[in-house]
Amino acid sequence: MPHSHIDVRYVANLARLELSDEELATFQPQLEAILRHAEALSKLDVTGIEPTAHPAAVFGRMRADVPHESLPPRAVLQNAPDQAQGQIRVPKVVTDA
Amino acid sequence: MTIASIRKQLLAGETTPAAVIQRLAGEIANRDSVTGAYLSHNLEAALAEAATADLSLPLGGVPIAIKDNINVLSQPCTCGSKFLGRNYTSPYDATVVRKLRAAGAIPFGRMNQDEFAMGSSTENSALQTTRNPHDPQRIPGGSSGGSAAAVADRSAIAALGSDTGGSIRQPASHCGVVGLKPSYGRVSRYGLVAFASSLDQIGPLTRTVEDSALILQAIAGFDPADSTSLDVPVPDYLSGLHDGVAGMKLGVPKEYFGEGIDPGVRNNVEAAIRKLAAQGAEIVGISLPHTEHAVATYYVIAPAEASSNLSRFDGIRYGHRTANPADIADLYKKSREEGFGPEVKRRIILGTYVLSSGYYDAYYGRAQKVRTLIRRDFENAFQQVDAIVSPVAPTPARKIGAFANDPLHEYLSDIFTISANLAGIPGISVPCGVTDFDGGKNLPVGLQILGPHLCEAKLLRIAKAAEA
Repeated sequence: MPHSHIDVRYVANLARLELSDEELATFQPQLEAILRHAEALSKLDVTGIEPTAHPAAVFGRMRADVPHESLPPRAVLQNAPDQAQGQIRVPKVVTDA
Repeated sequence: MTIASIRKQLLAGETTPAAVIQRLAGEIANRDSVTGAYLSHNLEAALAEAATADLSLPLGGVPIAIKDNINVLSQPCTCGSKFLGRNYTSPYDATVVRKLRAAGAIPFGRMNQDEFAMGSSTENSALQTTRNPHDPQRIPGGSSGGSAAAVADRSAIAALGSDTGGSIRQPASHCGVVGLKPSYGRVSRYGLVAFASSLDQIGPLTRTVEDSALILQAIAGFDPADSTSLDVPVPDYLSGLHDGVAGMKLGVPKEYFGEGIDPGVRNNVEAAIRKLAAQGAEIVGISLPHTEHAVATYYVIAPAEASSNLSRFDGIRYGHRTANPADIADLYKKSREEGFGPEVKRRIILGTYVLSSGYYDAYYGRAQKVRTLIRRDFENAFQQVDAIVSPVAPTPARKIGAFANDPLHEYLSDIFTISANLAGIPGISVPCGVTDFDGGKNLPVGLQILGPHLCEAKLLRIAKAAEA
């Protein structure tokens, strides 16, 4: 298990969170303390133990491939922060060459 | 005032659904400015539904409060977050709400919670402080703190909450009400805003065990819209409720009675266990040897899943969007920075870290394996005993603000409830007495009962015996 070092600014950026310097200073020791606690798991022998992803054995249930009623476009768009012509509006995603 | 008693009055013509709702609105007006359990309530909509309530249905005419992370058509669903606080209206009913309506119930009230259900105190709500009705200086517990506080305060008859690591059972214990977390797969989560998908369950907070059974009966069952809900028959949760505990074996795990438990909690829980023994239950000492690793396991897995689930809150389709972003990346980062509170950010960062390349195996992969060991502890225990009895939380409700800036300390107090979520088994908290703690008088204590997967009927039966 790695030592409990975490580059909080770097990880926050991966999660698309823009932290203030104040938050960074608060979170750094808190997250290190939590990770140090989690390091205790490294002391357990888990050789040959299968991981549990879900507590009940339900996997990949598929519904029948038949059309069914969905939310109308008006309901889908009602919470969009910015919209035009029945579509959600966002800033330009691809910049000019 | 319970569901059962209201139903009797309604059927006898002694009251009407509208009168019941008006009375609750009066209680909210009288007391909720102190308790702060309700984020909102739509009296007009509830009265409109009351006018057409079908009293012949099992919950006909009964108003039920809903935690603010469960979608109710045309109502807010803030999740206790600024991200959804001002500008989100549910476009559909969650399956549990649809089922409650089908049973005749009327959703009434949106209950405060820790932001996105992350917390054990409701202090992480970005919108409002909720206080414990037994002592307004204290937390109601969390994350379903609004649901528990309102039921305890008698401003709600019953409520729905969600439980990812104890978020129904612990506030129920702190507020002196009954809280049931059903088995993983027992109740559909469609329309519940996801926190940790392998752990989340919806369940009732009620004044009595009978009311808990009534609500579970209405909301349990397979739902094609939630592929993790189980396609197995739903038993009758009421028929065996009074059958008692004679001949049952109840396990007392030594790891749940160690150091760090408040003596008042221990005394009340032990007294409750003696009461069950006096009714004919055999009390058996057992061991759940991996208990000490539950908090670490949980606080790797739950944040990992949360970091993935909460990526949907990007400021594009719903919720908060920052003003004047420079570009699309700036829109994501600023919207999330402005919309989320500190506990949510901490868990997203923690979850992103344990899932990132180079750390995945060491943290997340290992936690999933330890989860298997924790699950096996329970499987082994249930070879020996019918159910397990324990405290819900190490102490009664603490004062508001006591753990500020020490998240790990707060996480450690979840030790008795999180294992049930990791193992997917059902658990119930039932009031078992009061104690003095840290300057507070007569603070409620809950008894936790854990049972094998899908054995809610047995849990309710034991809880009924403990309550009687």
